[in-house]
Amino acid sequence: MNIPSLDSLGRWFRGTSVYRSIVRHGVAETSRNRSLIVFENLFLHVHPVKVREKALRFKHTYWLGGITMVCVIVLVASGVPLMFYYHPSVPQAYQDMKELKYVVDNGVFLRNLHRWGAHLMVFGAFLHMLRVFYHGAYQPPRQFNWVVGVVLLVLTLFLSYTGYLLPWDQLAFWGVSVGTNMAREAPVIGDKLRFFLLGGNAVSENALLRFYVLHCVLLPVVLFLFLGVHIWRIRKDGGVKGPSEEAPDAFHEEEP
Amino acid sequence: MSALPPLTAVESNDPVETPRRVALLRPDLRPSVRRSSEKFVMAYPHLIIREVILFQIVVIFLAILALVFNAPLEGIANPVETPNPAKAPWYFLGLQELLHYYPPIVAGVLIPGLVVVALAVIPYARINLSAGPLWEGKDEKRTTQILAVAASALVLFFAGFQCWAAAVPTAAVAGAMYLARGGSTGGTWRQAMARLSLPQWIMTWFVILAAALTIIGTFFRGPGWSFIWPWTHMVQS
Repeated sequence: MNIPSLDSLGRWFRGTSVYRSIVRHGVAETSRNRSLIVFENLFLHVHPVKVREKALRFKHTYWLGGITMVCVIVLVASGVPLMFYYHPSVPQAYQDMKELKYVVDNGVFLRNLHRWGAHLMVFGAFLHMLRVFYHGAYQPPRQFNWVVGVVLLVLTLFLSYTGYLLPWDQLAFWGVSVGTNMAREAPVIGDKLRFFLLGGNAVSENALLRFYVLHCVLLPVVLFLFLGVHIWRIRKDGGVKGPSEEAPDAFHEEEP
Repeated sequence: MSALPPLTAVESNDPVETPRRVALLRPDLRPSVRRSSEKFVMAYPHLIIREVILFQIVVIFLAILALVFNAPLEGIANPVETPNPAKAPWYFLGLQELLHYYPPIVAGVLIPGLVVVALAVIPYARINLSAGPLWEGKDEKRTTQILAVAASALVLFFAGFQCWAAAVPTAAVAGAMYLARGGSTGGTWRQAMARLSLPQWIMTWFVILAAALTIIGTFFRGPGWSFIWPWTHMVQS
């Protein structure tokens, strides 16, 4: 019996009319097809077809933005399964933590992954900001993308902070109490702002529900909007910029 | 409301009548269309494969962390039993440490607000776009005077509130800024320092301060926000 090789199977599959109806281009053997792979694909077409060779070097970006982006993916992938086992109510929220530990298959792993992923995202976003600053990559024409990045950093902190309350243990409750007490000190609107955030005068069941909705719906949606702009703008602004001494950018903004 | 201008049909395949490819480019505004002698490579596979590898490395790293270290979980939230000390998440502990020295409106509202605004306006401040190395081509005496006045004011501001965690690093950074003078002929470190511009010095100062306050708030604070050594806590628990 003639057993077909994996390679020939792959070739046969890529030649079928069903496959060709989904992916129109052929095998990545020519530069033309390699271009088509990038710009005929919804998910890849944020990339340019060609990139500067320098931009791929490790010391150009240290891949810090990429690390942060991977964290976002890991957090969505681990956060959605966690939502299946979670009720944003008191005391069920805390009971659900115990369920994750003792009942749910790999529940502890899921929660750990989400927790450490969140820490890495905060840390990665901060380091990414420093990298961009010291490389002078905020300079024209990238000013606006820097501001979008600052918004993303603040959103990251809010996301992490709203998630911090959800386990409803002592750590969560008092961590959020300490932080929201600071919000109260804002002049004029402080008390109202705190009431609005917590749905009451203290961290309570209402606050848990609000933080849950913020953490799982509102803030992720806003984050993805800004992320979309951020990544799109990298390309529109001429690609990632590395250390300035290595690529003398003769760009000077002048009034028209 | 005035009448709208009449609609004119421009649908046509005649390239003379309806030119499809009109490009008016100001070469300074769109860097992506500027000519370049740089070497380019295809995004597929060169960039995509690196992204996939990066994804795998980060996922494996996080999976190992998640297998080895458990996320903390304490007893159920109890509003009448305040832990001592009650700490915010680590990325806010620098602010909580400041709260120990300054009134809440300063530590909780003014400073974080100023930091976010200062970060957001970085690319719009002229100094961040044009500044060269701090000591290069400037009146050294005048720069020294300004540096001395600014550094003393900041150190006094921190020291006045006994915030040594901020005062000492501030004094150290100011000292390093002064030592960077004429450092272009020195060793590797002094040369690196001599290359820093004023905005870079300010960011470095901010990062050192934030790191010092965060580390102290995280590891060196015990009951009543008193100073403890990190190992004291470990021995107790």
